[in-house]
Amino acid sequence: MGEAIVITSGKGGVGKTTTTANIGTALALMDKKVCLIDTDIGLRNLDVIMGLENRIIYDIVDVIEERCKLKQALIKDKRFDYLSLLPAAQTSDKSAVTTEGMKKIIQELKQEYDYIIIDCPAGIEQGFQNAISGADRAIVVTTPEKSSVRDADRIVGLLEKEEMQAPSLIINRIRNHMMKNGDMLDIDEVVQVLSIDLIGIVQDDDEVIKASNNGEPIALQSKPKAAISYRNIARRILGESVPLESMEDDTGILKKMKKFFGLHV
Amino acid sequence: MTVDNKQVIAMKGTRDGLTLFLDDSCSFEQLVAELQEKINMSKTGKNEQTTTVVVKLGNRYLANGQKQKIASIIEDGNYFQVESFESDVIHLEEAVKWKEQSDVKIFNKIVRSGQVLTVTGDLLLIGDVNPGGRVEASGNIYVLGRLFGVAHAGKDGDKKAVIAASYLNPSQLRIAEYISRAPDYESDGVMMECGYIDEKEDKILVDRLQVLTKKRISLSGFERRMLNG
Repeated sequence: MGEAIVITSGKGGVGKTTTTANIGTALALMDKKVCLIDTDIGLRNLDVIMGLENRIIYDIVDVIEERCKLKQALIKDKRFDYLSLLPAAQTSDKSAVTTEGMKKIIQELKQEYDYIIIDCPAGIEQGFQNAISGADRAIVVTTPEKSSVRDADRIVGLLEKEEMQAPSLIINRIRNHMMKNGDMLDIDEVVQVLSIDLIGIVQDDDEVIKASNNGEPIALQSKPKAAISYRNIARRILGESVPLESMEDDTGILKKMKKFFGLHV
Repeated sequence: MTVDNKQVIAMKGTRDGLTLFLDDSCSFEQLVAELQEKINMSKTGKNEQTTTVVVKLGNRYLANGQKQKIASIIEDGNYFQVESFESDVIHLEEAVKWKEQSDVKIFNKIVRSGQVLTVTGDLLLIGDVNPGGRVEASGNIYVLGRLFGVAHAGKDGDKKAVIAASYLNPSQLRIAEYISRAPDYESDGVMMECGYIDEKEDKILVDRLQVLTKKRISLSGFERRMLNG
């Protein structure tokens, strides 16, 4: 029996879809059976980031309205056998999706997959309610900005009313130099306000955007820090305890030397 | 009808006016009859200044209609003015309401953005009020945690209400109908401080918790709660 995890944030543009794609990919890299669900009806993106746009035949609304079987609507990933995507509808009426319909789909998927990662739309309306309805736990994504943290706080409040495990937190798009200067909220501040478990931090990286545009989630690459962060998040989801990544730029021979000798950089 | 000679009404003059002691073991009719008599006797016709009267009821409970009747007898002819009725007993409903308003309600949670926590009486919150969150109480608000959002004490108009927090950095403090907001520049907040209405300055001031021992002496006493009720 699998576990359903919803990725949500309240605010738009903080990286829910990117996070969904990368956590899903990272889990698949660890030989887990993973199904991604895009619940952002009308504004679907997850298929683009996964590079699976061209393969869509049926979507989630077709499944709910029983125009096709669930298995027919699932798109198998190019790279992994056990990574699938259930795409959102692009044209259909939003009201077609109901919480009952979602629960039913997730129950069915849980039989076959280890992890079901649900990409939640922005906002707190029906789309949000649908996305969280079948989930066992939630991961809240925020950026170190006041507005984003405010919305995340609202979301955590709403999630606390649901019957699910306490949500975890990902702080996304961290810009190291801004955080150091105090121009951005620092990690401790964000965690203190939201007071939920921090499951990962991801640095802002141009590579992430590049990778998304290519339809190849960055978690597939070995080098970039963001890729390491996403893979670490996946390991933490699996229950491993992995220390938080250091925020320091460890480029430059001098810094590496200092680090080697245990000097503060 | 046999009326025993014992008087059911005793009068006593004080500095502030007249106090009427109404016997609490006789019938209401008896009381009314004797009161009528006494008042008529007291009307001298000379005294132009109206005297204020406090009516002490002892262990008798009077409904509003009965109070009105007594008051109308006393005030007939504008010689006397009823200042208040004082009774040793109160109605159960009032008592429950009173208790409700004097109770300290304890919550152990985080009030997050968009959430509103409203209580009747005093609020003791063990946890934070996050930015965008809001706490309201008809009495005082104590926050054992960090207050970032909006706090409204004395919601029903109690100007004596106070807001105290371990860490105070609110976007707004409201007490009764007074509102004060945080400055536009970013501020760090203060530890162990409180907000209260200063009568002289006629606005909400924020000061160390210790000033409350001087400014709100009755805060811990039962008296305040009685007034509150």
